[in-house]
Amino acid sequence: MQVEGLRVDIPTPMGMLHAVRGVDLALEAGETLCLVGESGCGKSLSALALMGLLPRAARRSLSRFSFAGEDLQRAGERRMGDLRGNRIAMIFQEPMTSLNPSWSIGNQLEEGWLRHRGGSTALARERALHLLERVGITGATSRLGQYPHQLSGGLRQRVMIAMALMCEPALMIADEPTTALDVTVQAQILHLLKELQREFGMGLILITHDLGIVARVADRVAVMYAGEIVEQGPVARLFSHPSHPYTRGLLDCIPVPGRLAPGERLGTIPGVVSPPIGALHGCQFRNRCSEAEDACATRAFELRELSGGQRLRCRLAAT
Amino acid sequence: MSETLLELVEVHRRFTVSAGLFRGSRTLHAVNGVSLQLRRGEVLGLVGESGCGKSTLGRMLLGLLAVSSGEIRLEGRPLAATSTRDLARRVQPIFQDPYSSLNPRKTVGAIVGLPLAVHGIEADAGAQRKRVQETMERVGLPARFFHSYPNQLSGGQRQRVAVARALVMRPEIIICDEPTSALDVSVQSQILNLLEDMRREFDLTYLLISHNLAVVEHIATRVAVMYLGRIVEEADTAALFRAPRHPYTRALLASVLTPEPGLGVPDTHLGVSYPNPVDPPPGCTFHPRCGEAMPVCRERAPTALADARGRVECHLYANGVK
Ligand SMILES: Nc1ncnc2c1ncn2[C@@H]1O[C@H](COP(=O)(O)OP(=O)(O)OP(=O)(O)O)[C@@H](O)[C@H]1O
Ligand SMILES: Nc1ncnc2c1ncn2[C@@H]1O[C@H](COP(=O)(O)OP(=O)(O)OP(=O)(O)O)[C@@H](O)[C@H]1O
Ligand code: SF4
Ligand SMILES: [Mg+2]
Ligand SMILES: [Mg+2]
Repeated sequence: MQVEGLRVDIPTPMGMLHAVRGVDLALEAGETLCLVGESGCGKSLSALALMGLLPRAARRSLSRFSFAGEDLQRAGERRMGDLRGNRIAMIFQEPMTSLNPSWSIGNQLEEGWLRHRGGSTALARERALHLLERVGITGATSRLGQYPHQLSGGLRQRVMIAMALMCEPALMIADEPTTALDVTVQAQILHLLKELQREFGMGLILITHDLGIVARVADRVAVMYAGEIVEQGPVARLFSHPSHPYTRGLLDCIPVPGRLAPGERLGTIPGVVSPPIGALHGCQFRNRCSEAEDACATRAFELRELSGGQRLRCRLAAT
Repeated sequence: MSETLLELVEVHRRFTVSAGLFRGSRTLHAVNGVSLQLRRGEVLGLVGESGCGKSTLGRMLLGLLAVSSGEIRLEGRPLAATSTRDLARRVQPIFQDPYSSLNPRKTVGAIVGLPLAVHGIEADAGAQRKRVQETMERVGLPARFFHSYPNQLSGGQRQRVAVARALVMRPEIIICDEPTSALDVSVQSQILNLLEDMRREFDLTYLLISHNLAVVEHIATRVAVMYLGRIVEEADTAALFRAPRHPYTRALLASVLTPEPGLGVPDTHLGVSYPNPVDPPPGCTFHPRCGEAMPVCRERAPTALADARGRVECHLYANGVK
C-alpha cells in the first residue's frame, strides 16, 4: 500500500481543524508499521481515512493512494465497500463500533465472508470456527450462538480479531487493539497477530501509544505530532537514535527498569499540544521544545532523510 | 520492619450478582480472605488482572465499601470504629479517570475544597480558600485555575486537581487506583514525579493499584500480586521482579513488553481458559492456566509460605517442591 499527502480537515466552531496534515505511508506485504503519538494527534483519523470511514463532517484529500497495484485515489464508496472487511480489514479502537449488539457472534463472523465470498453458510461457519480457535477461544462452537454483551472484554477483542481475519486480508489496520486488556492477554493477542502475519504475509498498521508494544511488534515506526509525521524509520534505529525532540521526550518519559534508579525522576515534556486549528506556520512542537530557535516559528520543515532509513522533520535535520 | 499503618485481617467481600434471567442470583467472592499490611512510608504496589478485586480492596480501605467478614485496622483500631471524618483525614483516594472522577459543574477551587467543606475542617471561608490555593500551588496548578471548570483543563491538569483534592486533607495514606492509566505517557511521567515529590514532602504512604508493571517497578517499594480475590505473592519490588515465585507472577512479568526492539512478543504459555469469578475452580484457583499444576493443585487450596523473601501461596512452595 502506498499513500501520499493524506489530509483530513474537520470544521469546528474555532476554525478548521487540520487533523491530518500531509501524511505519507508505505507498507510492504508482511510488514508492520506502527503509528505512535499522543492522544488526539490524528492516528485514528488517518486510519479511518484509508478505510473510507471518516466522520461525516470530515474532508479527506490525498495525492496518491494505491493498494495492491490498484489506484484507489478516486475509488467510490462501492469499491471501498468491496475491499473493506475483505482485502483490507480494521480492528477499531472502540470494540462496540464493529460488533452489532443484537447479532450473534456466529452471524457477525459469517456475514463478511458470505457478502464477499458467497458460498454456503456451512463453509462460512467452518471458517469462523477455525478462526475462533486460532485466536484462542476455547469451546468455539458454543460461542457462535452468544451475543457480544455475554463476552468479557478479552474475548470480545479476540472475536473482533477473528472477524477481521475472516477473508484473509492483505492489510490489517489495528487501532489500539489491546489497550483495554490485561498485559497477559495483550501479549497473547500480539503474539497471535505476529504469527498470523508470518503465515498469510499480511501487512499490519498498528496504532498505539504504548512504546513497549512498538518496540516489540514494529518493523518500522512513524511518530505523529499534531497531525504530521515528525519522525519515522526502522524500529531499532528509532529506539537507538531517536532524533526528533518529541520522540526523544517520549522515550525519556517512560520508566525503563535499569535505566533509572527506583523512584528517580522521569523525563517530562512540558506544556500541552495545541490543536492544529486555522492557519498554521512553523513547527507545531516548538512551544514545548527545548531545541526551538526562531526559525522553528516560521519555517515549515520537510521530512528529511537521515542515515539508516530514518527521516526527520525538524530544524535539526534542515541544515 | 517499619510500623503497620493499615492492616487487613482475613478480609472477605462478597457481591450478589444475577446469574441471568430466571436463574436467580449467585455470590461473587471479589475479595476472598486477604491479609495484608500497609507499612508507614512504603509504596505498596497492587497488581493483578482485571476483575481480580484490586479496586474492591481499595474501596474497603477507604471506607467506601463495608467488608463482608474479617477486619480492617488503622493503626490497630478497627476501621468500623473510626468516624468517616477521622478516616477522611488520614486516608484519601486518587482514582483513574480524571474525566469522570471530577464534577464537571464545579470549579477547581470548589472541587479541591470539597473535602474540607464536607468534613468541616476549616470553618472559616478565608482559611479554607487559602489552604486550597496553597495545595493547588504545591501540585503545580496555577492560581488562575481556581475558577476554571474541569473541561477547561488538560488531562494532566485534571489529574493534578485529583491529587490536590486528596492532599488538601493532609492525609497520611493515599490509595491510588490506576492514577495514570488514562493519561498519555508524557502526562503520566509528570503525575508520577508529582506523586513521588508529594510522598517525600509529606511523608505519605501509598497503595498503588496499577496495570502498568513498569510504573509499579519504578515507584513501588513492595508489591502484592492478586489473583481471583487472593494475594498470591508478596515481596519487595526488586526481589519480586528479579525472581518471581508464583507461576502467575512469572507469567505476568513475562508478558511485560519492555521497550527493547528485537525481543519480539513473548509466548506467555498461559492457557486462555479465563476463570469465572462466580464459579471459581476448585483447589488452587490458578490451576487451569498453570503450566506447573500438579494433581494436588486441583484438589486443595495451597497454604501460604511466609519467609524472608516474602509470601507466596502455591503448592510448589508449600510442599517444599521448590
Ligand atoms: N468527528 C470528529 N469531529 C471533530 N473532531 C474530531 C472528530 N474525530 C476526531 N476529531 C479530532 O481530530 C483530532 C484527531 O483525532 P484522532 O481520533 O485521530 O486522534 P488519535 O491520535 O487517534 O487519538 P487517541 O490516541 O486519543 O485515540 C483530535 O483533535 C480529535 O479531537
Ligand atoms: N458492586 C458490585 N456488584 C457486583 N459485582 C461487583 C461489584 N463491584 C465489583 N464487582 C465484581 O468484583 C470483582 C472484582 O472487581 P474489582 O473492580 O475489584 O476488580 P479490579 O481488580 O479492580 O479490576 P480492574 O483491573 O478491571 O479495575 C469483579 O468480578 C467485579 O465484576
Ligand atoms: S523544529 Fe524546532 S521546535 Fe520543532 S522539534 Fe525541531 S527543534 Fe524543536
Ligand atoms: Mg485514536
Ligand atoms: Mg479496578
